[in-house]
Parts: sequence; C-alpha cells; structure tokens
Amino acid sequence: MTDVRCWVFTSDIGHLTPDNKMKIAVIKYNSGNVQSVLYALERLGANAELTDDPEVIRAADKVIFPGQGEASTAMKYLKERKLDQLIADIKQPFLGVCLGLQLLCEHSEENDTECLGIFPVRVKRFLPENSQEFKVPHVGWNELENLTDTPLLKDLPANPFVYYVHSFYAELSEFTIAQTHYIHDFSGILHRDNYYAMQAHPEKSGLVGEKILENFLSL
Amino acid sequence: MLTKRIIPCLDIKDGRTVKGVNFVELRDAGDPVELAKIYSDEGADELVFLDITATVDKRKTLAELVTKVAKAINIPFTVGGGISTVEDVKFLLNAGADKISINSAAVHNPQIINEMAAEFGSQCIVVAIDTRNIDGIDFVHTHGGRKATLLRTQAWAQEVCDRGAGEILLTSMDHDGTKAGFSNELLSEISSALSIPVIASGGAGSMEHFKDVFTFGKADAALAASIFHFKEIGIPELKGYLVDEGVSVRK
Repeated sequence: MTDVRCWVFTSDIGHLTPDNKMKIAVIKYNSGNVQSVLYALERLGANAELTDDPEVIRAADKVIFPGQGEASTAMKYLKERKLDQLIADIKQPFLGVCLGLQLLCEHSEENDTECLGIFPVRVKRFLPENSQEFKVPHVGWNELENLTDTPLLKDLPANPFVYYVHSFYAELSEFTIAQTHYIHDFSGILHRDNYYAMQAHPEKSGLVGEKILENFLSL
Repeated sequence: MLTKRIIPCLDIKDGRTVKGVNFVELRDAGDPVELAKIYSDEGADELVFLDITATVDKRKTLAELVTKVAKAINIPFTVGGGISTVEDVKFLLNAGADKISINSAAVHNPQIINEMAAEFGSQCIVVAIDTRNIDGIDFVHTHGGRKATLLRTQAWAQEVCDRGAGEILLTSMDHDGTKAGFSNELLSEISSALSIPVIASGGAGSMEHFKDVFTFGKADAALAASIFHFKEIGIPELKGYLVDEGVSVRK
C-alpha cells in the first residue's frame, strides 16, 4: 500500500525563531476574513499587525495583502484610501494572496476592473468546457508545478499541494514562478522584484503553506 | 490535478464532539480542538463542525470554539448548526471559520442564500441538504432529518446552486449511521447536474465506500464522522488505499 504519510510526517519544518523586531503589516481593507492569515503568522511565531495606516505599512519589514471578495469593490476601497499608490511604491517584500494576487495584476474580468498593474498579467474567469468534470469555483487541493528555484519556494516537496478557492485566475506569464493545472494551466505564484503573489491560500495549505509563509518572512 | 477531499465531521454539543447514530443516540468522542489538530496532522483535507445544539444564546460559545480551532489548525474548516442570519455568518467568519453551512434556514427562507452569497461570497456558503427517500422519491428533510418537506431533493439542489451556494453538503438520512455505503445514485445525479462541488455524507463504513462515492457517486468530497472518531479507518491509510485505486488525493 502506498504510504502517503512520508512527507507529512518526516517534514522537519521548524518555526521561526521569534524575532520581535520584525514588523509585519497585514493590509486591512474590505476583504473577507483575514483572521486566518493572522493566526497562521502567529503559529509561525511572527508578530503581525492588521492595519490600513500608511505609516505603519511603510515602516513594516514585510507586507501581506490578503484577500477574498470581489475585485471592483476592493479596488474602489483601495483607491479611496490611496492604498493603491502606497502598494505601488512599496519597496519591502510584499505578498498578495488570492484576491490580493488578482488585484496586483493589470486587469480582472471580474466586473471589468482595472487593477494595480504590478504584474502585466490579465485575470480571467474559468470557463468550464464540461461542467460535469470541471466545476467553478476551483475548490480544493491542487498541485503547484514547474517551481522556479527561488527563495520563496525553497525546501518544498516536489509538486506540493495547496488549497484553492477561486473563480478567476491569472494567466501564465514571464513572472510565473509556479503554475497549477485546472481546466488549463494558470499562474499559481507570481514574482516581480519585491512583489510576490499566490492564488492559493498559504494560511490554509497545511505544512506547505506554512513553509511558503516562513520563506516569505525570511526574505 | 484537483484532488478529492476527505472531510471528518465533528458534531459538537456543549463544546464536546459527539456523533449520533441516525442522529438519535449520542456518544462522546472527545475534545474538538484536539481532534481537529489530530485530523489536520493526519492529512484531512478540511473539517466540518456541526453544532447540533446551536441556539442564539449559544452562539458565543461556538464562536470561542471556532477561534480556538482556527488558531490551532492550518487547513480550511466549515461551521454549521443553527445558522440563520447574515449576522450569524459574519460572527462566525470573524471568529475564524472559513465557510459556514446552512440547512433548515435556507429551506424556510431561500432568499437568505442570495443574501449571504452577496455579502460574503459564494466560496464560504455551503448549503447542507438532508434527504430521505419516500416511496421512490427523494424529499428534503429539516430538523436533523426528522421533518419532511415537500421539496424534491434534486430540484432544491439546483435552486440553491442558482441562488449562489458555493458547495452542497448532501446527507442521505437513509444511509446515515448504517455504514453500508454512500447514496451514490442520488449523489451522481446531483453532482452531474450542478456546476458546484458536492460533498457526500452519510453511510461511510469502509475504505471501498470512499472509492465508490468518488467514482460512481461523482462526489467532489466525502464526509464521515464515527469511522474516523473511533479509529475504524485512519486517514493516512484511507488515502493510501485511494491512491492505489487510482483516485487522486492530496499526499
């Protein structure tokens, strides 16, 4: 019988040495539940603050841009508070998650929304050719493939599983550092300069997700 | 490849895990937070918590439990039981739940599905349907499966999908507690007709039953309680079996 426990149980993923000096800002905006991101950071021994204060965000060592919800209302909220400009100017390591990834792209088909344009990539809606085989949203655990050798993805098992819940996806691009297949290939993780973005939820992706968050905090 | 999900269900009463055989006889199976952590470490893909005694004044106790669970585990989990308003949903999502499930409230007021989906997104709204076959016809039941309605199960499943549910949790009351296998025929019919994922529940007794529900039943996920709580089937063992049988699961 195939033993599927091998990686899960022999993994030696350690938690970060608590570094009280490191400041992590989690951007607060009108997106869905961000508690789980904060809890995941807490499990890693990191101190994170949920904030929409530009000064706190600018002063942070790492910035996380979570997200769940709808693109056009999220963009409107960000613009009203000038967080769009702040995000574009940020120099420290920045991680967009789920809707956070989509908002960092150029344009989303979700209510025809112009997004932040950090990644010159378009976000499209999944169109299932066969609804029996492919349901939308894409919900559940799927593999990250073709991982680029980068610090964010170090020490991960081959084709690691991560948890997805989404109806829109970013197309493949030169900035794709990991891809996933559902109906077709799409960008699982994007990277450009100090910006990273992940479509799946690292905070809900078991030990793999914890490792990715830990790698991000170590950048 | 998107994998099939294995979901242990923890029925909660007064902060403890219980599992009813046909929802009547309750047995105590441990501390929910501890069990959640064990399942998460063993490779469960998601968890479902059903508060079978949920009333408005117990909402706070449930929210505290949800927060404890959210802090302890790193996989998604759904909370259900007595949820009837948009406020209830907000309260539990803020406490740390990833999804909520509604059942009787949706039957009594179907519009609540649209409202919840519009407010929080379809991805976190699971509609649970309890079904029982009466003289060859599948009818939706409420109140833990005790009360029959005039709704046909297939039509109701389509309606909740159209109203914006993100997933359907289909429990066959005829199979629940029997350990004789899932309701594969009905599941297959509903899963094939709908564009959203279907979680199968009721009847898990052996590893083969899981293979059958993913193949014949066309389920996207399978939920079970007592066989996991009483260690009749281990999750690593079950996943190993499914891999050998050609069912794609998360390793």
